[in-house]
Amino acid sequence: MELTGAQALIKSLEMQHVEVMFGLPGGAILPVYDPILDSSIRHILVRHEQGAGHMAQGYAQVTGRPGVAIVTSGPGATNVVTPLADAYMDSTPLVVITGQVATTSIGTDAFQESDITGITMGITKHNWLITDAADIPRIVSEAFHVATTGRPGPVLIDIPKDIAQSTMEWYWPSPGDLDLPGYRPVTEGDPALIREAAELLLTAERPVIYAGGGILKARAADALRELAERTGIPVVTTLMARGCFPDSHPLCLGMPGMHGNYTAVTAMQKSDLLIALGSRFDDRVTGRVNAFAPEAKIIHVDIDPAEHHKVRRADVAIAGDCRLVIEELLMALESLGLSHSDATRGGSGGTPSDAVAGATAAAGSVAAGFPREGLAPWRSELSAWQKRFPLVYDQQPGAGPLKPQFVVEQLRDRTPEDTIVASGVGQHQMFASQYWQFDHPYTWVNSGGLGTMGFAVPSAIGAKVGRPDKMVWAVDGDGCFQMTAQELVTASSERIPVKIAILNNAYLGMVRQWQEMFYEERYSEVYLSPDLPDYVGWAEAMGCVGIRVESSDDVGAAIDKANSVDDRPVVIDFRTDAFEKVYPMVAAGASNDDIMVDPSQVGGNPA
Amino acid sequence: MSMYGTDKRHHTLTVLVENKSGVLARVASLFSRRGYNIFSLAVAPSDNPKFSRITIVVDVESAPLDQIMKQLDKLIPVVSIRELDPADARERELLLATVEAGPDTRGQVIQLVGVFEGKIVDVGPAHLSVMLAGAPSKLDDFEDLIRGYGIVEMQRTGRVALPMLDRVDHRGQPATGTADTTEKAG
Repeated sequence: MELTGAQALIKSLEMQHVEVMFGLPGGAILPVYDPILDSSIRHILVRHEQGAGHMAQGYAQVTGRPGVAIVTSGPGATNVVTPLADAYMDSTPLVVITGQVATTSIGTDAFQESDITGITMGITKHNWLITDAADIPRIVSEAFHVATTGRPGPVLIDIPKDIAQSTMEWYWPSPGDLDLPGYRPVTEGDPALIREAAELLLTAERPVIYAGGGILKARAADALRELAERTGIPVVTTLMARGCFPDSHPLCLGMPGMHGNYTAVTAMQKSDLLIALGSRFDDRVTGRVNAFAPEAKIIHVDIDPAEHHKVRRADVAIAGDCRLVIEELLMALESLGLSHSDATRGGSGGTPSDAVAGATAAAGSVAAGFPREGLAPWRSELSAWQKRFPLVYDQQPGAGPLKPQFVVEQLRDRTPEDTIVASGVGQHQMFASQYWQFDHPYTWVNSGGLGTMGFAVPSAIGAKVGRPDKMVWAVDGDGCFQMTAQELVTASSERIPVKIAILNNAYLGMVRQWQEMFYEERYSEVYLSPDLPDYVGWAEAMGCVGIRVESSDDVGAAIDKANSVDDRPVVIDFRTDAFEKVYPMVAAGASNDDIMVDPSQVGGNPA
Repeated sequence: MSMYGTDKRHHTLTVLVENKSGVLARVASLFSRRGYNIFSLAVAPSDNPKFSRITIVVDVESAPLDQIMKQLDKLIPVVSIRELDPADARERELLLATVEAGPDTRGQVIQLVGVFEGKIVDVGPAHLSVMLAGAPSKLDDFEDLIRGYGIVEMQRTGRVALPMLDRVDHRGQPATGTADTTEKAG
């Protein structure tokens, strides 16, 4: 069967079971857009290519399947660079297809030519420039294989216009036809190292499981829960791992790091054994590295061996898939005499407000009810910190300024418990991560490593496309919203009913917070205005329902109204308190020992 | 002044890569992006036309060698990496130089080339072009000595290397014990 390169490309995507792609056509990719008309694949027409990339990321983060974006050459391709860099940092599987000028024009500075394979070399797991239409099925297969196996990540396929127009004889490669002699990801951990890890784990007195995004990538949430419950070891979940272990679980300590809660941060600092599972000792978690968890031995499980010893030397470094390694670790523990503990399964949890981010979990809950009595002193120490340093804010009723944390708590309590939450980057992201109760994996979509403002709206749209059965809320900031809001036009026209809560404090809030705390309140270029633009008018102009909330009294009703709308997006403009800061906080470059708690809790810090 | 010698800062990586366009750019881009220093780099097709061999002399003070190798290993077209400690490797390099050699000094230059077992590859009225292949430290010494006569132009290729053979093995099989070949991992 003879096909054009364009037809072969679309057919190859169909063979990969792609159900949706996000894109925007242009000159060089034109031939590829023609067979889309005849394809089963849904194409969602974005308003800016960055939106296509972030939508594909949101889709990938909630489904675990690779997100697909398709854009034209030159500016189309360079507009998708930010999502590629973001996906690379957060190990999100993406396949991005870019048009390219004809092979005969490459290198001549032709119209809309850019060296996108060169530009994206350092921010993709791999990329390909197709030079022969006959290679298309093989390269597409290789691209999906590379994007989704090992440590997942984004890949890019650049297809010149003349290649898309030339013809080839169709075939579909079998796995053995892939030409990747240098790509052999490890998945199973070394049994000797796993046994060593198991021995360390059983002798530790103050162990903490440091769960990262790799748990979600490996679909290891169940395995992690079994490990925690059978060993009685408490768990911190990083920003990338929120939801991989239920916040309502008594062993959950919540988020560590720069804005982590006191208990999670301090538990790691005082620990004698950190079991890092799919986490990478990011600077936002460790604070000053040479002061991080000084007494802790490290077990580091990661599918990417380059993460081992990169930031912190591990005592036991295991290369492998987190799920497989945890399962092997459980077997090793059993052979060392750790018994099953079905009778003591915890996990029923407290009420949502009791267990937010582990910070206000019911007193004593971490201490009691879990196996291995030897850990009881450690667990009760943690409980004491949780009781002493919960997350706090002060929402005065009525006319008092609306606190962003209150809005997030109301959202949490008024939406289904498996609601997917997307966020941008900044204060609102930290409030969302701190105050939401994540009890299910794949319900948190955010830009962790790259910290891309404007991520929330398009990634929420992609998430809703991937999980139309779930309610999807974006918690966004006013600064972030202005970066990518135009994608709500996409959502309206495609009838993708996402809901956006703008925590509108009229500032670039996180930058403002740093200027207040570290630049002597010299506010430089952070003021945005609460009503320019008019967010409600803007939302309505984009086909959404727009709601404005200024008083804490009106928060609940507005959320309920938004939840009742199912045929179009909803935007709520919450006018929040500009003076509110995110606490706790570890200043950049400071030791995690120097965590700053909310000013109301200062005095009597036992550390 | 010695460029390499047996400096402990320098390790040699021989990297087998797929012979595809852009591979060298990927390797170079990785080094620059992660701040690893390259002292020399030589690339040529290997005995299998599907693969090329890149020999990189890296500065292990700029980053731990383990980290450099693992990051390199993540590049999809990198098939295998072998690390050679200079003490356990046979390293060779080629030097080409055009040297001032007027009537007064020509004899001395020719003699020097003879002592080092180099070759005269071109002769002009006032210059000689000379070639020397050998261990990098030998090239360093030669370079120091001819500098006195006046170097007009000089090029060095950067080194290539093979692991030392195991002398204990009387069956004459090549040794693998001293060299480290990493398995690919993603």
